[in-house]
Amino acid sequence: MALVLNEEQSMLRDSARGLISDKAPVAHLRKLRDTNDTNGFSRDLWKTFAEMGFAGLLVPEDFGGSGLGAVEAGVVMEEIGRTLMPSPFLSTGVVAATALTRGGNAAQKSEYLTRLAKGDLIASLAVDEGAKHRPLKTAMQAVRAGNGFKLKGAKAFVVDGHAADLLIVAARTAGQPRERDGLTLFLVDPKAKGIEIERTAMVDAHNAARIAFNDVDVTADGVLGEVDQGAVLLEGILNVGRAAVASEMVGVSEESFTRTVTYLKERKQFGKLIGEFQALQHRAAHLYTEIEITKAAVMKALQALDSDFDKAGAAVAVAKAKAGSTATLAVQEAVQMHGGVGMTDAFDIGFFMKRARVCQELFGDAAYHAEQLARLKGY
Amino acid sequence: MADMEKFRSETRAWLAANCPPEMRKPVANENDVFWGGRNTTFASEPQRLWFERMRDKGWTVPEWPKEYGGGGLDAEETKILRQEMAAISARLPLSSFGIWMLGPALLKYGTEAQKREHLPKIAAGLIRWCQGYSEPNAGSDLASLQTRADIDGDDYIINGQKIWTSMANFADWIFCLVRTDFSAKKHDGISFILFDMASKGVSTKPILLISGKSPFCETFFDNVRVPRSHVVGTVNRGWDVAKYLLQHERSMISGLGDRSGSRPLGQVAANSVGVDEHGQLDDPMLRGQIATFDVDEAAMACASERAVDLAKAGQGHPAYSSALKYYGTELNKRRHELLMSAGGVDALEWESERSREGLAARSWLRTKANSIEGGTSEVMLGIVAKRILDLPGA
Ligand SMILES: Cc1cc2nc3c(=O)[nH]c(=O)nc-3n(C[C@H](O)[C@H](O)[C@H](O)COP(=O)(O)OP(=O)(O)OC[C@H]3O[C@@H](n4cnc5c(N)ncnc54)[C@H](O)[C@@H]3O)c2cc1C
Repeated sequence: MALVLNEEQSMLRDSARGLISDKAPVAHLRKLRDTNDTNGFSRDLWKTFAEMGFAGLLVPEDFGGSGLGAVEAGVVMEEIGRTLMPSPFLSTGVVAATALTRGGNAAQKSEYLTRLAKGDLIASLAVDEGAKHRPLKTAMQAVRAGNGFKLKGAKAFVVDGHAADLLIVAARTAGQPRERDGLTLFLVDPKAKGIEIERTAMVDAHNAARIAFNDVDVTADGVLGEVDQGAVLLEGILNVGRAAVASEMVGVSEESFTRTVTYLKERKQFGKLIGEFQALQHRAAHLYTEIEITKAAVMKALQALDSDFDKAGAAVAVAKAKAGSTATLAVQEAVQMHGGVGMTDAFDIGFFMKRARVCQELFGDAAYHAEQLARLKGY
Repeated sequence: MADMEKFRSETRAWLAANCPPEMRKPVANENDVFWGGRNTTFASEPQRLWFERMRDKGWTVPEWPKEYGGGGLDAEETKILRQEMAAISARLPLSSFGIWMLGPALLKYGTEAQKREHLPKIAAGLIRWCQGYSEPNAGSDLASLQTRADIDGDDYIINGQKIWTSMANFADWIFCLVRTDFSAKKHDGISFILFDMASKGVSTKPILLISGKSPFCETFFDNVRVPRSHVVGTVNRGWDVAKYLLQHERSMISGLGDRSGSRPLGQVAANSVGVDEHGQLDDPMLRGQIATFDVDEAAMACASERAVDLAKAGQGHPAYSSALKYYGTELNKRRHELLMSAGGVDALEWESERSREGLAARSWLRTKANSIEGGTSEVMLGIVAKRILDLPGA
């Protein structure tokens, strides 16, 4: 498969870009932040997004979606990265849609997927518990009780968790933290008794939640996939999320880079455009190269997910690791080359720096994924 | 699409049947690389067999037209062939500046007669070429070259000196930049010309490198007589040909980072350093560095692949090869630094059978040239800054 977008994918990109740059430029995020918006994203915009078919991009056609793949999800995520639009697209349209499509039984699919595609259901994945992303270290307990389970424990960094209508929760039905066996995924109603949700406004003015589960009852119908065997399903879902976030980071990197290059061509010091200084030219050229290489790696991972979902792990690890380090470099260089103005809140570039930091941590940072690659390669 | 799958399975089967097992091992020393040429010999029977079988299919140059000795494959088929060769770690059957550099330039700028004369011989490994670009005072500033070609009837008389001419002492022919107009602006008076290294007045003198090898030469021209018909492209417009050829040279050099045929770095390190009780490399810092390197290397391989796809889709930029040349060569240097770290004291041996005559150390030193040859990293970054990013300044 060629590592370039085909015609339909380019059209999808153009329409996503049109909508997002029109309705949600960086000023949109700024306004949500400054008004302390309760959701942290616009529900109206999410509705519009759904009407244009984006919410259900990954939902099979039988359930009212478009039945498209990871490449298409990546295309939209990249555009989101360019304007930093806060949106449940990642949590719901990408991660939850994959979870339900891949792991759901007939009843679960028909109950949730149609609503999801319509933009009527927001769903989020709750995995992380500690400061770093370590899915196998999941410690949260799901103890058998009657023909169901009781959930005990706490989750952090649940993206859009404060606004969710459905939580997808990873917990231990057996085994110890670090073990592969014994993980199970559950579909949980966030309004269930014993759940406490704390919205955590983050550095990037996007939202996540900390959620405590105090003996929360879940029936057997709430199990997504198979009991004790959730690790494989979870890894697959996470991989789609990782590749999607890598795409978002490509958007973040490219946009902050474009803004920086424009600035290099406008700003004068010592009677010259600063873009004439070779020290800055070479750094800009280096950054361009890193971004191009990252784009290729991310596209490879997205295509790998679409052609062999279960074997895409290494390609995804490369993409998420590379995108993480490139985005970090891109935003650092952007602020530095803007000089003092880059440090001001009034100027947008700082928003990119904040978002890149969050995207790094989300679903595993560059070090985590380099480590995964080393494991996969057996050293 | 179905056609491509058919092509893939046929190619796979053919390679399985025709690539000798000895040709599926990483290159261990210089003799393992076959360069062709008038006075060439094969290092081994498998090397000869592999070369001849590939040549007979036109697969030393799979994407060249059949009438010039190529395989007539399209870009997609060529990609598949390369992937299938990589999958079994097949060696290149023939290495050649004729294939990587001159061939593409001749295909674009050569006359029909020039193509028919030279391309089939390149494809069949009959003539070995060298590149006469650099001069003592024309390195990064290549266009300031001074080697002169003066008209004498139907011939040019060439005088001057080249330097850093890789393997000139083994080459049969040279593709050479000469000045044909001294009054024009520096880029406008250069011509691109081909001639036989056996011509009267050509001499070479090897230069010893830090790797202890002497792969390149000073090359001298003393009244060398060359027919005017040997100019490629338009007289005085040789810079266009030179630049086009450099793009191919840069793509080729950037591909040096693609090590699909050699042993994985992590494994090399594990063999030398050992592993801990979890089976992980017994040096966590080195393991981390190798892992980070592996991420970059895998990403670079994707980018090389994408460069071809972009060009095919008409979305390529002529200066794109400079970006990849820069990245690929810095990466290859990093790889060899890590190989030296992994090898530790063993990798320091210079002359011993155990170290295969210092293979690791010599290779490490050789890679330092990657970011110099074919245009330095600084020059590549300058090209990207100006031609792609359109940054201001001379
Ligand atoms: C192993 C090897 C094989 C080679 N093979 C061949 C061959 O077969 N044929 C051939 O013709 N040539 C060959 N070369 C020559 C090669 O192309 C030149 O060495 C190269 O172009 C650099 O020129 P130079 O050595 O004169 O260095 P210089 O141009 O003198 O450069 C010195 C330093 O200054 C920097 N510099 C120069 N200009 C700029 C600038 N504008 N901005 C910023 N920094 C700058 C360079 O990056 C470098 O760091 C080979 C070189 C090597 C090392």
